[in-house]
Parts: sequence; C-alpha cells; structure tokens
Amino acid sequence: MAMVNIKIEGISYQVEAGLTILEAAKKCGYEIPSLCAFNHGECNQGSCRVCLVEATGARGLVASCVYPVAEGMEIKISSPAATTARRHSVELLLSNHNMNCQQCDKNGQCELLHVANITGAREGAFQGVHSETHYDELAPGLVRDTSKCILCGRCIERCKNAHGLGILGFENRGFNTFVSPAENRSFADSPCIQCGQCVNVCPTGALMEHSEISKIDAALAAGKTVIAQAAPAVRAALGEEFGYPIGTPVTGKMAAAMRRLGFTRVYDVNFGADLTIMEEGTELLGRLQNGGKLPMITSCSPGWVNYAEYNYGDLLDHLSSCKSPHQMQGAIIKSYWAEQNQVDPKDVFVVSVMPCTAKKYERQRDQLKVEGLDDVDAVITTRELARMIKRAGILFDRLPDEDWDQDIMGDYTGAGVIFGVTGGVMEAALRTVYFKLTGKESEPIEFTAVRGHDAGIREASIDINGTTVNVAIASGMKSAKVLLDEIREGTSKYQFIEIMGCPGGCINGGGQPYVRECFLHGESDDIMDTYKEKRAQALYSEDERQALRQSHNNPQIIDLYEKYLGEPNSHKAHELLHTSYAAREGFNEVK
Amino acid sequence: MAKLSENAVAQITEICQRHKDEKTPLMMILSDIQNEYGYIPLEVQELVSKHTGISVAEIYGVVTFYSFFSLEPKGKYVIGCCLGTACYVKGAQNVIDKFSELLSIKPGQTTADGLFTLDALRCIGACGIAPAVSINGKVYPKVAVGQVSEIIDSYRQEANA
Repeated sequence: MAMVNIKIEGISYQVEAGLTILEAAKKCGYEIPSLCAFNHGECNQGSCRVCLVEATGARGLVASCVYPVAEGMEIKISSPAATTARRHSVELLLSNHNMNCQQCDKNGQCELLHVANITGAREGAFQGVHSETHYDELAPGLVRDTSKCILCGRCIERCKNAHGLGILGFENRGFNTFVSPAENRSFADSPCIQCGQCVNVCPTGALMEHSEISKIDAALAAGKTVIAQAAPAVRAALGEEFGYPIGTPVTGKMAAAMRRLGFTRVYDVNFGADLTIMEEGTELLGRLQNGGKLPMITSCSPGWVNYAEYNYGDLLDHLSSCKSPHQMQGAIIKSYWAEQNQVDPKDVFVVSVMPCTAKKYERQRDQLKVEGLDDVDAVITTRELARMIKRAGILFDRLPDEDWDQDIMGDYTGAGVIFGVTGGVMEAALRTVYFKLTGKESEPIEFTAVRGHDAGIREASIDINGTTVNVAIASGMKSAKVLLDEIREGTSKYQFIEIMGCPGGCINGGGQPYVRECFLHGESDDIMDTYKEKRAQALYSEDERQALRQSHNNPQIIDLYEKYLGEPNSHKAHELLHTSYAAREGFNEVK
Repeated sequence: MAKLSENAVAQITEICQRHKDEKTPLMMILSDIQNEYGYIPLEVQELVSKHTGISVAEIYGVVTFYSFFSLEPKGKYVIGCCLGTACYVKGAQNVIDKFSELLSIKPGQTTADGLFTLDALRCIGACGIAPAVSINGKVYPKVAVGQVSEIIDSYRQEANA
C-alpha cells in the first residue's frame, strides 16, 4: 500500500495515498466537521463547504471531503482562516434554514445543528431572503420539507445506490434549487417505494417518517383497546437510541417499555412471522407439487411490493399471496383475539412498531382490509417508539427485562426472529418446508448458505429428500432487478426467491435509528461498514437462544390452527391472512 | 397520464438510439427533442429514462436547470430578450418590460393564442449591438422601447398572412 507523508498542524504523519484529507485526518485523530460527505464517498458533492481546511499546494481553502492527500502536504485545520471559513459556511446554510429546531423531530440527532455547535456559528450572521418552501406530507410513509434541506444530495445518491431508482433529484438552479421527485410531485404521486432509505441518510429534518404517534394518543384518549406489536428487527436497534452499542438486543426492555406506555397487550410480531411461514411454506409446497407459478417470491416487504407493482406488473403472480407478518397478526387480533376477549373489533386499535416507513403505506392498502376494518391502525418506526419512551420519562436502561404478553400469541420461535435480516425469511421457510417434505426436522437447523447482512444476491441449492430446491435472496431493488429480469426473460433457475426492500433487510430499514459517525464516538471507525452485520448478529443470537426454532413447532400456532383457522391455506386463513396485488402507474395523473 | 402517440414514441426512441454511444448522451438527446418538438414533457422524459437508464428526476433536473429546455409547448414565435450585463446597462429591462406589457405575459410565459413566448436570456454574445432581441433566430440590434410594438405587429401580420 503506497503511503505519503503529510503534516497536520505541523506534526508529521504517514497515511495511505488516495485518501481524502477528511479520511486521512480521521486516521490521525482529527474529526473535521463535514455534512455532505457520507459513508466513504457514497455522497461526495463537496457542496456544503463545511469541511474547508488549508492545504499546501492548493489555491485557497479546499473541501477536505473531496481533496486527496499528496506527498509533503501540510494541512491546517485550526488556522483562523480555516475555522472562520467553516463557520461562515455553516452560517450561510443557516441563513436559508427555517430554524424551528425546537419543534423539529430531528432535534438531538441533527447534523446541521451538530456542526453549527462545533464551528461556533453565530445567530443571524447572514440575513437574506429564504428560498420558497416545498412541503409534502401526502405520502403515508414520508414527509419532505425543503425549508430544512441543505442540498447535500445524500438522499439522491442513496436512492440510486440502494435501488437504482433515483426518485429524488435537484430541480431548477441557483437559489431556486430544491430536492424533489420529478415535477415537484409528492412521493405519493411518483414511483417512490417509501422505503425511507433517504430518511436514514438525511442530515437534517428535511426528510422524515410520517409520524403516527398522535393517532396512538387519540386512540388511548378515546379509551380504545390499544394493542401494540413489535417487529423482529426493532429489538436489534432500539437500544442505539438509548446509548447501547450497535448490535445489542433489547427485547426484554422493549417489552417492558411498551407495557409502560399504556398498551392493553404487548406482543411480538415473531408470532405473526411464524404464522407467515406456515402459510407461505404451505403455499410454496402447493406451487412446487401442483405446477404453480414459480419461482415464488416473498411478500413481507412493502417497499419491495411497491417496487413490483410499479415496475413488474407482469410478474405479480409470482408474489406469495401472504400478507406480511404484522398484517396477519393484526387480522388475528381483530378476529380471534377480539372474539376470545369479548371485545368488539371496532374498538380494538392495533399499533405496529416497525423498522420501516413503507409499512405506514402498507397498512392503508385497500387489499388488506378484512370486512372493512384495517388489520393495523397505526405504524410507528423504531425511532418513533424511542421518542414515545423518552416522552414518557422512562429510563430505558433501568427497566427490567420482561416477557411479552403470553396469551394466544405470546409464543414465538427462532425462525420468526430472523425475519428481520436478509435471508431470514428464506431460512425460516426452509426449516418448515424441510419438515413438511421429509417429516424430519432439518439437521442442523441452520441454513447458513442463505445468510448475509448486506445488499447483493446470494443463492443456494438445498437438497430435500432428493429434490433440489434452488433459492435466491436479494435485498435492495438494484439487486432484485437482476433476479426479476431473469424471470421476465424466462431464464430464472430458482423455485423460491426472498426479496427485501432495504439493503440488508429490515435491520437496515428506513425506520431504524440513524447511524451517524459524528454521534457514535463509542463505536469503531468502521461502523458504517459493520453496523448491519452487528444488528444481524443480534437477531441470529436470539434465534440460537430459543428453545423452539421452527415455526411449525410453535405451540400457540398449532393451537390457533386447531381452534380457529383449520389448516394452513384454508378458506378462513385465506380470508384473514392473504392478499392481492395490482400493477400501478408510477407517475399517476395528478389533479 | 397523457399517452404519447406511436409516432412520437418511435421518433424519441430513434433520437435516443442516435446518441446511445456518446459518453454523456443526455444533453444531446434532450437538445434534439427540444428542437424537434419545442418542449420536453414528463411523458417524454419517462421514455428517455427507459432508454438511457437515467432516472426521471435527474432528467427533470437537467431540463429545469437549462433555460434552453422547456417543459411547456412554446409559442410560434419565441422572443428572447437578452438581459446580460451589456444589454442590461443599455436598457434591456425596459425593452422586456414593454414586451411583457404589450403581450400581457411574464417572461417564461406563452400568450393564450400560442403565438408568442417571452424569454429572458443571459448574454447571447451580441454585446456590441446591445440591447439585443432574438426572435426565432433573427437578431434585432439596439432595440428601443418604441420599436417593440412595431416588432410584435410584424409577426402578427406574418402569422395572419
């Protein structure tokens, strides 16, 4: 590895050639404030000018996020010229910012506020006109407020990198520039899949989830029977909001915290995941044995379902007809649970805590209503749950570890837990399909070939009783597109495909806690590369700890089928647990 | 969403193919479409996106960045008033204001009869004859406010002829 000699503030260092000044300085123990630079150059416009430093050989100050180090370079970070310039850059950004920081949901996690603090930005240093504000809250999942946008372009790059979509772009020029879907449309009127990856990278509050906390408040105030259920991936990341290292599972404290928020019952969506495996596994077997449409593709991820409906309307019969786990569980709560507890389903209000913004859209789909009732009435993200816990004054780290409520849907297996990571639904399904085909439990239980924690495609061939099942896994629509184009061209060799909207699966969902180096001083330097793996490990370790690890062995699932649903894919199960899809126009007509 | 005619789809596809081997084909494609149709609506951008793999938002960004590209159909006569420094100093603002007043449209707009579009341009490189006005490629030198009415009438007559 070629090295170069540089000096920072007069002290000599050897660093790798090719690094930017920003990266080199980090290795030497300096954190130069920066905004637009993100995740090893995933976004590097050099546009915000917050990272200016002095460097010999350059004319004037340079943006350290894009300027490479060179042999003999002398860098000054703390010179008056550099510190003043960085402060001015931030002050100029603030001069066109709406400054309602107190009310902003990003308060406490805002990178603009962070650099304003570090650079010593002064109030009202520059005053002038503000550019026109564009505000979009039509989409159920996402809110866009350009009055808080600093035009860094991170969101644009993330949408392209994760999905190859590029829903967002810069519109107009100069002072009138703003970031938006084409034609300044709402996310709701563009082929946006509402995955929330753009929210995950936005340094300010310009892109946020569409909060539904007030709906929950209203339901509690109205005296409804409010039941909350949390998705597998939430436990792998919620702790981060309360200072735990990334990858710390906090299942017990999460159940305890949710119970203290006033919900009538707190359940784990892992039960719904086990139920999904029973239905989806049976559906797959049916398709394999009766010449049904193959490959079958999972349908748990609403971001992915959106993508399919917008872009692959001709392949929708490949999607499993199964609802996603929290929708299934919501449907059971409003039918069987309500019946057992003698509550009118109309008075039951189901809250799902999800690592996801697209679930906020999903729950409003007409295809998911049962007898006119929504399965789920509000979806909040992992971040929103943290906000509710903080609002309630709960000291998270002092909570005892508690169990979920145990009646009717309290049991879950390890198979349900791993739904939260890419490859998890596939592995959970294989565990049960193996049993159904062979009558034996698979040994070992784990199908490690399908495991991973990042975007990209993985494939495996599983031998079950002499039958080879070819499977593939993709997360992020860029990867999914490759598998879908194969199906379209008739060259796909797979029988079963798992697709998740977000790269890495739900552990990296658009509703998960922000992973920002500047706020993670306790984490290692490579945290941007390792956080998905750490969160995935939190789920796999919980799977290993479970006594039961195959969905079909969940006693309450067995009970539910015996007492209520009959058998998987029965008429009753179809009524409650299955759904349909419809091709949609991306840029629909806007009135 | 209004659908494009088969002819238009074929022609735009041909334009995209024409430039597919260029390193950065987008500007050439958009330029040809602008010249051919006079504007580049969203449906056309979607089609270009399909052929080039460039996202619609990015194409839309390019179309709204350059004033040469237009999202709306332009008038039969496109009046470009230069507001570059030299023209501005020589009174171009008064000239464009007069056009605006007589046509009852703001810069960037098109008259209801579809005859005239008024555009404000940034330096067309004709500083020696400032203030300059360019109408469908024909350049009028040293335009005085008093001439504006006459110029408009000449095009109205041409259109009626």
